[in-house]
Amino acid sequence: MMKNAVSCREVVVVRGDREVLHGVGFDLRAGTVTGLLGPSGCGKTTLIRAIVGLQARVTGDVSVLGLPAGAAKLRGRIGYVTQEPSVYGDLTVTENLRFFAAVLGVASSDVERVIEAVDLTSHAQARVDRLSGGQRSRASLAAALLGSPELLVLDEPTVGLDPVLRRDLWELFHKLADDGATLLVSSHVMDEASRCDRLLLMRDGELLADDTPDNLLASAGTSDIEQAFLTLIDRKAGAR
Amino acid sequence: MTPRVTFAVAARVLAQLRRDHRTVAMLIVLPALLVSLMWWMFHDSPGTFDRIGGPLLAVFPAIIMFVVTSVATLRERSSGTLSRLFTMPMAKLDFLLGYALAFALIAVVQALVVVSIALYLLDLNIQGDAWQLGVVAVLDGVLGAALGLFASAFAATEFQAVQMMPAVMIPQILLCGLLVPRDQLPSVLRAVSDVLPLSYAVDAVLGVAQGNGLTTGAGGDALVVLAFVLAALGLGAATLKRRTA
Repeated sequence: MMKNAVSCREVVVVRGDREVLHGVGFDLRAGTVTGLLGPSGCGKTTLIRAIVGLQARVTGDVSVLGLPAGAAKLRGRIGYVTQEPSVYGDLTVTENLRFFAAVLGVASSDVERVIEAVDLTSHAQARVDRLSGGQRSRASLAAALLGSPELLVLDEPTVGLDPVLRRDLWELFHKLADDGATLLVSSHVMDEASRCDRLLLMRDGELLADDTPDNLLASAGTSDIEQAFLTLIDRKAGAR
Repeated sequence: MTPRVTFAVAARVLAQLRRDHRTVAMLIVLPALLVSLMWWMFHDSPGTFDRIGGPLLAVFPAIIMFVVTSVATLRERSSGTLSRLFTMPMAKLDFLLGYALAFALIAVVQALVVVSIALYLLDLNIQGDAWQLGVVAVLDGVLGAALGLFASAFAATEFQAVQMMPAVMIPQILLCGLLVPRDQLPSVLRAVSDVLPLSYAVDAVLGVAQGNGLTTGAGGDALVVLAFVLAALGLGAATLKRRTA
């Protein structure tokens, strides 16, 4: 089995006349759940888009499942959830998923499985634009699960969900990882950090830390990930 | 390109249209209403409707198709569904062809309605066959859809796409032979009209109306329209970017 599902080296992204990622490097080990944490605007979404091959003007090396990011052979092997629920509002949950299953070439029996996985069975026949925000983002997540992709890149999939549902989804993420998938989950909510195998802390287009939650807390000498984040920022400022 | 994906996109677009009654009414009823309006306007000047009725069957369906399809890919871009699709095994041409296929089906219904009304209710006189007029009208609707899809691949936002309609379509409407027969245009404008797709759409309709069947004169014009359709879709696919800033 491949050791690293994603490998980034000195990744720089320019948007307009501004550099938004300044040489980011890290590895995602296969079969792990990694949290990508940082404040809004720090470059999480840009990094995610570079990994799924949708970001223009990327330099450095982004390798995904052993191939360069964006390679045609990767299409269908990555499940991607954008921040906004990327499903068709005027179609039902089932219609949306049948469509994406057809594009992926996945058996339509998979549709039922993913609806169940995100706990939307009772709303399977409801139009997406009549669902709540949380239900809509779960429909979007379900589409990313179709065909059991090897890599799941989820951009803030748990925003606006109630705590019980969030816990259930994190359980699902770990179950998928146990089955061999690799997950990168972004969030700006620090309390989700403890649920990850590893954490990437980002700020202003740079990676502040790449470690396990426990190591991060230990090295910062605190029990709170938000506090650890602040300590890292201060240390970095002090080092300059 | 994968036929499975092309057809999946087409079926999905049709499923969405089925829920969107207003757009379907716009696509199917509006051309017929506008042609009827023109018939009424020229009711007291005999012969005029017979002269412009044919070209109108090309122009109105094409414009309306253009307006609807020109925002199509932008809608998918802003909803994020295009990003998702681009991480899936879907060629850019699958996407545009799927849309074109769905709107071609709409164009068939649109042409049936507008041609039937023009010929049987408004008594438009033509020398050629009614079915051939129908075929050309379908092709002209598809042309509008293909040009709209091309424009939508070109525009960065829905706001920009809406502005494409006056920029792309109005000059073609002015020069296509509807207002002034193309051979009476000043030579420079004539030359410009020779490279515009709508000119051939109108020529094809006029050809059929004047009794030159599709197997003779009008067939060449219809083939040029088809070539423009394929070129618009091909260029649209080339313009559509997987990677964006």
